[in-house]
Amino acid sequence: MGIESPSAASYIKHHLQNLTFGQHPDGTWGFAHSAKEAAEMGFWAIHLDTLAVSAALGLLFLWLFRIAAKKASTDTPTGLQNFVELMVEFVDGSVKETFHGKSKVIAPLALTIFVWVFLLNLMDLVPVDFLPAVAQFIGVNVFGADPHHVYFKFVPTTDLNATLGMSLSVFVLIVFYSIKVKGISGFVGELTLQPFGKWMIPFNFLLEGVGLLAKPVSLALRLFGNLYAGELIFILIALLPWGLQWALSVPWAIFHILVIVLQAFIFMMLTIVYLSMAHEDH
Amino acid sequence: MNLNLTLVGQAISFAIFVWFCMKFVWPPVIAALEERSKKIADGLEAANRASRDLELAQEQADKILRDSKENAAEIIEQANKRANQMIDEAKEQVIADGKRLREAAQAEIEQDALRAKEALRAQVSALAFAGAEKILGATIDEKAHSEIVEQLAKEL
Repeated sequence: MGIESPSAASYIKHHLQNLTFGQHPDGTWGFAHSAKEAAEMGFWAIHLDTLAVSAALGLLFLWLFRIAAKKASTDTPTGLQNFVELMVEFVDGSVKETFHGKSKVIAPLALTIFVWVFLLNLMDLVPVDFLPAVAQFIGVNVFGADPHHVYFKFVPTTDLNATLGMSLSVFVLIVFYSIKVKGISGFVGELTLQPFGKWMIPFNFLLEGVGLLAKPVSLALRLFGNLYAGELIFILIALLPWGLQWALSVPWAIFHILVIVLQAFIFMMLTIVYLSMAHEDH
Repeated sequence: MNLNLTLVGQAISFAIFVWFCMKFVWPPVIAALEERSKKIADGLEAANRASRDLELAQEQADKILRDSKENAAEIIEQANKRANQMIDEAKEQVIADGKRLREAAQAEIEQDALRAKEALRAQVSALAFAGAEKILGATIDEKAHSEIVEQLAKEL
């Protein structure tokens, strides 16, 4: 457990709070020492833990794949190269199955999403107290912080900011490709002239607008919701007596191996599907 | 659960990662994969071609073998025929030679016999003279009686 046997509620809250840096209402800059302080910072604050972990894992992904890409040859692949080729072939196959246009961006985009989201989700399988304890140790001993106020959420995909950041990027790409392929008039027409023809333009726009906006929101919420719930269960399991935890955490972790891969795959597949829809004329 | 600037930060890192992946990771790997699949396809095709070639060569070898067997059989037959012919010819030759030799020998024998007869005849006439001389005890005029004796000798 965390520190000095806190109550279950504060333990859970502590685990669900990001390390937030921003401007306090009194005008000074600094870390938020509680959920309330973090909320008061409003939009102009950042979650350092989310950004740092996701950036580190993204760099890990690119570093590994870059090594394999440099060595890529037609010889018999071994080890890492084999794995990377497997991933690339898998993503390439998925993209080719769904997306029939020509685009240099979509396949690498899908690969990045799949591997990156998978790595972010994978942090979910690290015991809930392990990495936060390390962060707390560093925070207390290096920065002299109060242990109660060292927050560190290690699974970036349990932060809605992370998933929404990605899904909004995908949304921008959807709009970009829609306009690029169909032209502005085509895109606007798609939003307003169907399904009920030109006499129902406001109604059509409402319908199609909601449909369009639902894409990034559902993409972000699905990933966030699954991982947040999974993490919460891990935290609840961690509240059990230590000798019993394994009985629940092991089955849940094994089940979660499936969930994290599946969620990464769903995020990738839906991105491909949305982008291929953006490329198609109705 | 606050929405804040993290969202933008995450979007920026996402964009950078995608860009890097698109520029430095995807192209070399996919190029290698495509090249390898082409290489494999080429290899399979070459193997196919080789097995086809092998089949063809096998057929050709079979044909050559069959032809040469036929040839050999023909040659043997011819040789047999020729040998028979030669034996026949040799037989005829031998028969002819024998006949000629026999004839020559016969002719010689006949000649010898004739010659011996001549010699005998000459000796018989001389003997007849000598006998008559002795019987008559007188010299017979050889010239006067030789005609009679020669006639006598001719009758022998």
